[in-house]
Amino acid sequence: MLLFPESISPRSPRFIAVAALLVVLAIVPPIAANAGGPFYVTLALRILVFALAAASLNLLLGYAGLVSFGHALYLGIGAYVVAILSFHGVTNGWLHLGVALALSAIIAFLTGLVCLRTSGIAFIMITLAFAQMFFFLATSLKYYGGDDGLAVARRSDFEPLFSIQSNTGLYYVTVVVLVATLYLSWRLVHSRLGRVLRGASSNVRRMEALGFPVLRYRLAAYVMAGCVCGFAGLLLGNLARFASPAYMAWTVSGDLIVMIILGGVATIVGPLIGAIVYVILETIIAAYTQHWMVVLGPIILLVALFAKRGIYGSFLAWERRIDFAR
Amino acid sequence: MTWSLFFVQALNGLQYGVLLFLLAAGLTLVFGIMNFVNLAHGSFYMLGAYLGAAVYSASGSFVLAGVAAVTGALVIGVAIERTTLIAFYARDHLYQVLATVGLILFFNETARILWGSSAIYMRAPQAFTGAISLMGILYPSYRFLVIAVGLAVAVGLYVLIHHTRIGMLTRAGATNLRLVSVLGINIRLLNTALFGLGAALAGLAGLMAAPILAVQPGMGDNIIVTVLLVIVVGGIGSIRGAFFGALIVGLVDTIGRVYLPILLSHLTERDSADAAGSALASMLIYLFMAVVLAVRPQGLFPMPR
Repeated sequence: MLLFPESISPRSPRFIAVAALLVVLAIVPPIAANAGGPFYVTLALRILVFALAAASLNLLLGYAGLVSFGHALYLGIGAYVVAILSFHGVTNGWLHLGVALALSAIIAFLTGLVCLRTSGIAFIMITLAFAQMFFFLATSLKYYGGDDGLAVARRSDFEPLFSIQSNTGLYYVTVVVLVATLYLSWRLVHSRLGRVLRGASSNVRRMEALGFPVLRYRLAAYVMAGCVCGFAGLLLGNLARFASPAYMAWTVSGDLIVMIILGGVATIVGPLIGAIVYVILETIIAAYTQHWMVVLGPIILLVALFAKRGIYGSFLAWERRIDFAR
Repeated sequence: MTWSLFFVQALNGLQYGVLLFLLAAGLTLVFGIMNFVNLAHGSFYMLGAYLGAAVYSASGSFVLAGVAAVTGALVIGVAIERTTLIAFYARDHLYQVLATVGLILFFNETARILWGSSAIYMRAPQAFTGAISLMGILYPSYRFLVIAVGLAVAVGLYVLIHHTRIGMLTRAGATNLRLVSVLGINIRLLNTALFGLGAALAGLAGLMAAPILAVQPGMGDNIIVTVLLVIVVGGIGSIRGAFFGALIVGLVDTIGRVYLPILLSHLTERDSADAAGSALASMLIYLFMAVVLAVRPQGLFPMPR
């Protein structure tokens, strides 16, 4: 079996850019320790966690053409699993992970059965409505903090294999999870499943006429994306040591969409690039004014208006152009 | 006692449903023509509430507050449509959602800058501060006013859509937009008119809701999700669906919130029944939507195509 689903020359700009990105990701903690302390590691962790969530949404939104506007739901699920289990004294990380993935899968399966019966704008509205339903459910759980959210007493325990009690440990675990996810989703979009999803995204009727049970394929993708985002939620809960209904707010789902479009819809590395740019931008604007949303809103509007390919998408297009020129 | 409670809650549900209809009408009309849903519709509602409350506290006239809320939302709505949203009609739904999310963030933060983060409370107009006795049950007269205004708008929209030229074009446009435009009708202008009407109705809804709910930044976001649900349940693009969908959702939500905890208290002990009941009640309309879509994915009253 080949390692890469596409043939890529090690001298191509794409290969060099991604390799450089991986090197940068690997050396952030030692550099941050010299440059100004823990803030930068936390910032980088936030970026990676959101990149993981955005990458999972990109499978649906970019490749399968299913614009889910409620994906932040699974971020909340993962974070709440960590918070509630450790609230009851259960700190075993593998158990946290198992419950988070299982719960995400069950919720994605049940809501997916309903959502995927519709398409277009109705799909957007219903995914939003379901996320909002769990948002209100979380705020009504008075026993677990309700509106205020719930602090995580102790991070998930993965000892003795490895530890995420320090931010550096959590950082490297997150990098490994993210890189593995990006690699697997690269393989996925070139697999039979990925091809059916992409085909159905451009013409459902034709795929059905060819005999593919499109709904079943889409449901599989929907559940997978939910699980990966649930994993991101588990990492977010451990990073923030907190679970809040705000993680499931529609604005967070909107943030994930912005990251994807900024980075490049239906590209593997795009969501990571988008998360890097968006989170840093947000941090910079928030440092200047308390009313940062009044600046961010119009920026999002401009992104929607002009960013057709996104940053990484434009890079790929440039690469193709110089390839032709040769 | 139980019957009077039910009666009062049914009226509350009707009043909530009517508010939902005022918001859903504009959204669904524009969807019929342009296949576009403006998630920032809730911002016009918020704008109407703020303008209404500000003008009412300055002038003391509810009519003047109404004029300000409706024309303010109308002007801002048409300006936004002409300058910004028009660029997104031909684009993918994904970008439409993104653009309107950007608008929501901008409007919420602008409201926070202008009026602060804390909620503003507006009084009901002098003539409607009392209660009306109906078969021995007292019910606030202002809430009757809300119901009356909502039903009057529904009747007005019915006449507009079924007995005027604009309504005829709207129905024709929803069926076959290209054909209507080939006949020499300025579709863009028609759509702007409908968009303005929708924004004005949202402003009116904001004003009517201001004395009942708290006026605060982001007040439009929560209600707009319920409005989207109303539209999906009723059938996207159908004004009749929006009306009945709004009333059904309003009644189910209101009555569920009151009766689910009571119902559960028969089954389990008091505390857990209250907790579970309120949690379940907040999910009730979404479960209702799931059931409706499982049976009829196109909604209860789909548009005839």
